[in-house]
Amino acid sequence: MEKISKLASENGILILSKSTCCLCYAVQMLFKELRVHPIVHEIDHDPEGKEMEKALVRMGCSGPVPAVFIGGKLVGSTNEVMSMHLSGALLPLLGPYQ
Amino acid sequence: NTQFVPSRRMGLCDPIHQIVMWDDFKGSDYLDSSPAMMLDFEAKPEQQQVFSKNNTSGASHRYDQEATKPDKVLRRLAQNREAARKSRLRKKAYVQQLESCKQRLVQIERELHQAKKQGFSAGHSSETTTPHHGGTTLNQCVVAFENEYRNWAEAQDRHVDDLKRALESNAGDSELDALVERGMKHYSHLFSMKASVAKADVLYVMSGLWRSSAERFFFWMGGFRPSELIKVLAVHLEPLSEQQRLDVSNLRQSCQQAEDALSHGIEKLHQIIADMIVGGRLGDGNCHLPEISAAAGKIDSLVRFAGQADHLRQETLQQVTRILSPRQAATCFLAMSDYFRRLQTLSSVWSTRQRQTT
Repeated sequence: MEKISKLASENGILILSKSTCCLCYAVQMLFKELRVHPIVHEIDHDPEGKEMEKALVRMGCSGPVPAVFIGGKLVGSTNEVMSMHLSGALLPLLGPYQ
Repeated sequence: NTQFVPSRRMGLCDPIHQIVMWDDFKGSDYLDSSPAMMLDFEAKPEQQQVFSKNNTSGASHRYDQEATKPDKVLRRLAQNREAARKSRLRKKAYVQQLESCKQRLVQIERELHQAKKQGFSAGHSSETTTPHHGGTTLNQCVVAFENEYRNWAEAQDRHVDDLKRALESNAGDSELDALVERGMKHYSHLFSMKASVAKADVLYVMSGLWRSSAERFFFWMGGFRPSELIKVLAVHLEPLSEQQRLDVSNLRQSCQQAEDALSHGIEKLHQIIADMIVGGRLGDGNCHLPEISAAAGKIDSLVRFAGQADHLRQETLQQVTRILSPRQAATCFLAMSDYFRRLQTLSSVWSTRQRQTT
């Protein structure tokens, strides 16, 4: 979906979120702890929100929110972020943005 | 600071010093339970038996009153004292028995009340060996889960036996690998069981109600805290290579960060739910039903958190087995089971102790 690709490419680290989603907040806190500052875009406050949500599901995002993009590419939802962090694969990705 | 002045007679002490000693013990517990002091300097040698060291009546305070009485009376008085003492001991034992029965009754009442409140058949504490059906409405999913969990625990015990055997018999890497793989699958199975019951009652899962009290004390989000588990396991893993030590340390730090992030998310949920149900007029319980019902809907968000916590546990175990050798990994699984077993024992010891406290 265009809007998503645009947002992802414009921002080093992007989290698509919903304002009511506490798990999204948890992921934001993790990034804060890792000393990066992702852009958080709340799709429930976006007029194209419903479309974006459907697109995320099509892209295979399990949440569908939170949806984390790093360097323009979809990393995944909470599961993927946590797995990567435990395996040590997340920090190298965040390096350029710290 | 009295000193015994040895008397002509066997084992008797100077009367004046005796009085001083009695004053030392007056008003203390000593009188009832201590061995008898040397008594009655006036008694004839053959009567010294009655007041010998083996006479545990311990009533040294009476000797000066008895000093002038005839021996028949003295004998009777001694027998009375002994009878009184035995009676006191019997009464004490009976009261202790009553107290511990009372404690047990209080506990049973509490468990019954708990079971009724939660509306399912108990058996959620491992201290009670027979589950009792205290609830008027049984939550079928929870009952099914608890049954399945009992089976899981038995299978886990069998796995632990196999691990012990393999480690003791110096089994090869491929056998140990297979055992570790089996352990991982077993935990996977538990996590998917939990995911199922979480859909029915996530608060049940988050409270860890199927585990013993001490385990629940150490719980985080319905299960063991991964970073804490790594600390526990590290104790049994020496020697570690430098690379392993580094990897384990990094893993523990990553777990801690992930746990903290999820905990922050839960705090946010607390806040949101609290905001929903607080406010408005005090005392108007029924008035707030709409807000409270909405809050109940919000509790559903916990399901994702419970899932994330289990996912973190699974990933931690995965990483641990990746970092360690097959033998070390097998030891890990053994150590894990042992740790939970010890916590269960702690629960039993604790609850027994509570029942015995008067």
